[in-house]
Amino acid sequence: MKRIYAKEDVCIGCRLCEVHCLVQHSKSRKIIKAFKEEFPRAMARVLVEELGKTSFALQCRHCDEALCVEACMTGAMYKDEKTGAVLHDADKCIGCWMCIMVCPAGAIQRDQRKEKIASKCDLCAGQEMPVCVANCPNEAIVFEER
Amino acid sequence: MSKSLLNPEFLVERDEDRCIKCQVCVRQCAFDCHSYDGDDDEVQSDSTSCAGCHRCASLCPTDAINVRRTPLEFRQNANWTADVQKAIYKQAETGGVMLTGMGSDRPYPIYWDHLVLNASQVTNPSIDPLREPMELRTYLGRKPEALKLNGNGRDVKLETQLKPQLKLEIPIMFSAMSYGSISYNACMSLARAARQIGTFWNTGEGGLHKDFYEFGPYTIVQCASGRFGVTSEYLHQGAAIEIKIGQGAKPGIGGHLPGEKVDEAISQTRMIPVGTDALSPAPHHDIYSIEDLRQLIYALKEATNYTKPVFVKIAAVHNVAAIASGIVRAGADVVCIDGIRGGTGAAPSIIRDNVGIPIELAIAAVDQRLREEGIRHEASLVAAGGFRNSADVAKAIALGADAVYIATSALVAMGCHVCQKCYTGRCNWGIATQDPYLVKRLNPDIGARRLSNLLRAWALEIKEILGGMGVNAIESLRGNRLHLRAVGLADTDMEILGVLPAGRAQ
Repeated sequence: MKRIYAKEDVCIGCRLCEVHCLVQHSKSRKIIKAFKEEFPRAMARVLVEELGKTSFALQCRHCDEALCVEACMTGAMYKDEKTGAVLHDADKCIGCWMCIMVCPAGAIQRDQRKEKIASKCDLCAGQEMPVCVANCPNEAIVFEER
Repeated sequence: MSKSLLNPEFLVERDEDRCIKCQVCVRQCAFDCHSYDGDDDEVQSDSTSCAGCHRCASLCPTDAINVRRTPLEFRQNANWTADVQKAIYKQAETGGVMLTGMGSDRPYPIYWDHLVLNASQVTNPSIDPLREPMELRTYLGRKPEALKLNGNGRDVKLETQLKPQLKLEIPIMFSAMSYGSISYNACMSLARAARQIGTFWNTGEGGLHKDFYEFGPYTIVQCASGRFGVTSEYLHQGAAIEIKIGQGAKPGIGGHLPGEKVDEAISQTRMIPVGTDALSPAPHHDIYSIEDLRQLIYALKEATNYTKPVFVKIAAVHNVAAIASGIVRAGADVVCIDGIRGGTGAAPSIIRDNVGIPIELAIAAVDQRLREEGIRHEASLVAAGGFRNSADVAKAIALGADAVYIATSALVAMGCHVCQKCYTGRCNWGIATQDPYLVKRLNPDIGARRLSNLLRAWALEIKEILGGMGVNAIESLRGNRLHLRAVGLADTDMEILGVLPAGRAQ
């Protein structure tokens, strides 16, 4: 399946991927409104890890054998059969955080807006190109089959 | 420390209605202009350190940042302008030579803008380059006196032994910029683009990093006064060797790469210890005459078994025509001339802005002199220094150049905003820096693509220009000054340029 990959050698640590991810997952999907008017603010599902000169954008790896799916007791975390993406059904999520515990990439976060919802990359469901990839100014995030 | 009298050059304005406090600007400014105050949840900008490079404005996702010239006006004075006063304040505060980067920003006349090109109408047909073949390929190197052919009918063989030539798919090469003055990624972008388009990039005096050996057939290796990185292996890697005598931005001045920029990789490539300044002497200490130059030219030819053309690059100075003649007679295969608007990574601004002559006049003078002496064919002529677009290139070729070198326009293609802060090593665009955090900002994939695009675009435009003139090869334009006319130039200028005023047929 097509996955998002980070190229740390050209990641400039600007965090524009986080900005655009947040906007994509906001109500209005308008950048200024998402930041200035929507509260609680939407969350970015990508996180730029940074240490010294090294940085890269990290988001869900959509593992073939996803530990979070196995660990999820309610079935909120599931694998989309068609696309292979690991998705999250907020209605079923009870916030036990097992997914966060088992995720080897540390790519799942607690959604701060509600008490018991996990938050993760959904590959910008329905969009041809995830917004983090489309908006990376230095092509340090790519969406491709490997 | 007393208060500096220097006010900020720019005013950074932030539209608070648009700013989402994402802090991209904070992370991107290497001059620490922007900062985030967590207590007040506010992004603030301090204009003092702004270089006007637009990195923040370019990356701001909401276009909330605007950079403009500081509105603080000095009392109007044609003599004591703001720039003049600021320069004096700076020197009064530091007591030093003022450094700068890029080409001169002084308003010397740009003769290109006073030269117009010809086109065919009625009496001779123009050519549509989209329908008919158009030749931009050119060869640099010494051409024979005459061609001797043997045989008859279809079975003809060339008997004359040709001297080594460089094959250029377009008459534009990348000028010398050393690894050290520009980043690894910038060099990589140039090298890849040169290979892709079929032209050449130039190592400058930085040596050739082993990673770039694969681009050897598209590389001109430079041998300058500091001899940094020059080894037999290095000479053999390149397609041609360039002896650098001078540079348009700083004629008569040596080079200086500050020790801070000399990291492990640059130290290896230049063959100097880590952290030491790389000082290139002003002259080559083994070249004090044309005869001495001849010795170096032939030493380099001998070292490479006469397989590579040897270039000699000089800055355009008052006596450029006679010097070029000497260079050709010394055995150079290509003479490169760099005009007063040529760029640099670091030069004293007083030199950059006051020494040398415009490239347009230099090309015309050199081409004319070499023709008069009957030695024009013995060397190719490459012009450099401030070529901004394809029309400048076409005009240079019509004046007599075989090809041109571009560097500033190549840097601009890679993102440079000509902020002239190259000498600080803090280039926000990842070009003129060795800071690994900043170097990453230039993705060589993007850099090479943008450079290739630029060359491709210029090539298409030059073909259109040629087609309009009714010629189908760049060789037909070369030195054909009848394709040029002058607008608004003095008689002496036109005499030197060898062009007629517009409106005059012949």
